[in-house]
Amino acid sequence: MKRIQAVLFALALLASGAAFADVTVPHLDVGKGGHCVNDPKFMKLNHGDLLKHQRTITVHQGVRGRYSLEKCVNCHASRVNNSVLGTDRNFCQGCHVYAAVKIDCFECHSSRPETVSETLTEIAK
Amino acid sequence: MDALLKNRRDSRNFYLLVALGLLVVAAGLAAAHYMEEYGHIVTGMNNQVVWGMPHVFAIFMIISASGVLNVASIGSVFGQAPYKARAPLAGLLSIALLAGGLTVLMLDLGRPERVIVAATHFNLKSVFAWNVFLYSGLFAFVGIYLWTLMEKRMNSWSKPAGLLVFAWRIILTTGTGMIFAFLVARQAYGTALLPPMFIVMSFAWGLAVFLIVQAAMYGWNEMQLHPAILKRLKNLLGLFVISVIYLVTAYHMTNLYFARQSAFEHFILVDGGIYPMLFWGGYLFVGSLLPLFLIYFPGMGGSRHVLAASILVILGSFSLLYVFIVGGQAFPLSIFPGYEVTSSFGDGQIAHYAPSLPEILLGCGGLGVAFLITTIGVRALNFLPRDAAD
Amino acid sequence: MSEELDRRQFLKGSAMLAGLAIAPGMLLYDLAHGRSLNEPASSAVRWGMLIDTSQCESGCDDCVKACNKENGLPGGTRPTDEQWIRKVELKDMRTGKATSLPMMCQHCEEPPCVDVCPTGASFRRADGIVLVDRHLCIGCRYCMMACPYKARSFVHEPLHDQKPDVPRGKGTVESCTLCVQRIDRGENNTACAEACSKAGHKAILFGNLNDPNSEISKRIRTVASTQIRADLGLNPGLHYEGL
Repeated sequence: MKRIQAVLFALALLASGAAFADVTVPHLDVGKGGHCVNDPKFMKLNHGDLLKHQRTITVHQGVRGRYSLEKCVNCHASRVNNSVLGTDRNFCQGCHVYAAVKIDCFECHSSRPETVSETLTEIAK
Repeated sequence: MDALLKNRRDSRNFYLLVALGLLVVAAGLAAAHYMEEYGHIVTGMNNQVVWGMPHVFAIFMIISASGVLNVASIGSVFGQAPYKARAPLAGLLSIALLAGGLTVLMLDLGRPERVIVAATHFNLKSVFAWNVFLYSGLFAFVGIYLWTLMEKRMNSWSKPAGLLVFAWRIILTTGTGMIFAFLVARQAYGTALLPPMFIVMSFAWGLAVFLIVQAAMYGWNEMQLHPAILKRLKNLLGLFVISVIYLVTAYHMTNLYFARQSAFEHFILVDGGIYPMLFWGGYLFVGSLLPLFLIYFPGMGGSRHVLAASILVILGSFSLLYVFIVGGQAFPLSIFPGYEVTSSFGDGQIAHYAPSLPEILLGCGGLGVAFLITTIGVRALNFLPRDAAD
Repeated sequence: MSEELDRRQFLKGSAMLAGLAIAPGMLLYDLAHGRSLNEPASSAVRWGMLIDTSQCESGCDDCVKACNKENGLPGGTRPTDEQWIRKVELKDMRTGKATSLPMMCQHCEEPPCVDVCPTGASFRRADGIVLVDRHLCIGCRYCMMACPYKARSFVHEPLHDQKPDVPRGKGTVESCTLCVQRIDRGENNTACAEACSKAGHKAILFGNLNDPNSEISKRIRTVASTQIRADLGLNPGLHYEGL
């Protein structure tokens, strides 16, 4: 019994070591980036809440100024594939695949910014 | 030795039945998955006929779920002993049928993963929102009612519980009728006659389902139903079938009287193709007149006749629901009364609908859920109606 | 001396008062003529249309094409395809008179689709536009059963390449939004009305029914117009001339 306990304990220690490995944390392509509606730390924790509550205000009251998924996509679409989806480096897909949290936003919303030319001109610069 | 062999055979048969049920349910779930993956384009439903075969199955099951409790109500609320003995089975069937019907409805949704939204956001003006409470309430109250019936210490509570269940299911079936009654713009619906019609339909179809299940259980256990009880039950079925004919007649006669409804009635009753066929042949002849013959004609009325009558009533119910639900949508909306209309969106045209395999499998899957719950329930617990005369 | 000062003060005071009196009116004027993106829609506005069927040409479907382009609709006409606007050809059964008109969501004041929606996804915005909140839509299609105008469509297939300002998806119900994405941006005209103007027919007039000085209000006061299925008492925001 004691031997089994010792083996299990050792395994647990080894497994926890993997938490410090950090080899699979996504390195995101933030796209155009720039000034966001809030600071990155806040957004990382609260963007879900923001999306969920802000969308009701936008749809039901028509308030579109500051918060807008379209604007998020405009800034964060990768300049490589012009989207926030597509590869595990893309802004939304990267973290969501890593955290295994399925999102269905882009079943309806476009994952690409308004105009392709906008991003391409940026790349051209 | 005989008893042991019978036990073994029963056990094997039970597992076979469960396997069959699971197969049907699996087919239904596969169909639902297919529909969710590819969208409703894989079904026969479209922008003109938005509710189809799954809804025919689901509404049949939900209406029967309420009506089957009649047997229990006549026992607990009106105190008649033969019915009281049948109350537990009626309660189980009610839960099983409601579960089956709701399974079909929820899986047919455009976004079935959003039932949580339906359970947390309520527009209190919508019948569908009321139904979330009415249906969950029925599950809860029938569960409590079953407990009062089957737990000896709680038996004295069975009358109040039975009364609550009786009132609740009348409200629930009225709600089901109101789903259609509230549709002001559709010529097939939008009438206050529908809630009473649905209630009477529930009485007939619920009893038919009960009689079939009871006959199966008695056959399995090699028991015979006492002729006096059979007579009461069959006469009750006959009475309910006549009542449905009465209300369906009132509905159509009123519609026929209004000039603006005559084109619609002509479509349903005369030249709509499948719809008059199902109405006259399926519902009226096979589903009503033939069962009445089997119930009342001298020389009929035996247990086999009653079983056949019950099955025919159910076939008739599917026919009537198909005509009501699909036929009611196939006839074009009267948006511009007095004008002939054409457009790219089917205005002025009879809509075409053909049931697709995924829809039928989904509907059958719901029946499978009801079947499984019933089969496992009657095997696990004491639902067999035992009459004092035995 | 003191009288002069008093007069000056009086003049200043009255000028201020006058300014205060006009200010709210100017604010309303602002609200009616394009609210900023950060402001919510307000019931001071009621968006509506006046459609002159006598100007509507049979066979022309510029409005439909414009709507499809603006909202990213593929434009198919299979029974499962979404149509937010359609041209309807009418013939009076008694007189034989032929008419043509565009048909879309009528944006009722008492919408049956809003009453029946179980989750509240179908709703009427403060400024009169009836919309579907597709975050809440479960795809039950009850609103489609309830609509007297068959205005709504169900999305039967997975969608791709939606326009960024018109999100739409499989399994939800949709209908004419009076180009809400344009309205909220301040371009107070719908794609269909604009296209009809460009085609020279000018059959569709879009505007604010609550503003007595808008073009639509002025015209609706002077010409005979009706609402489709007015007998249902829904008070739609769309009015039709020549029916």
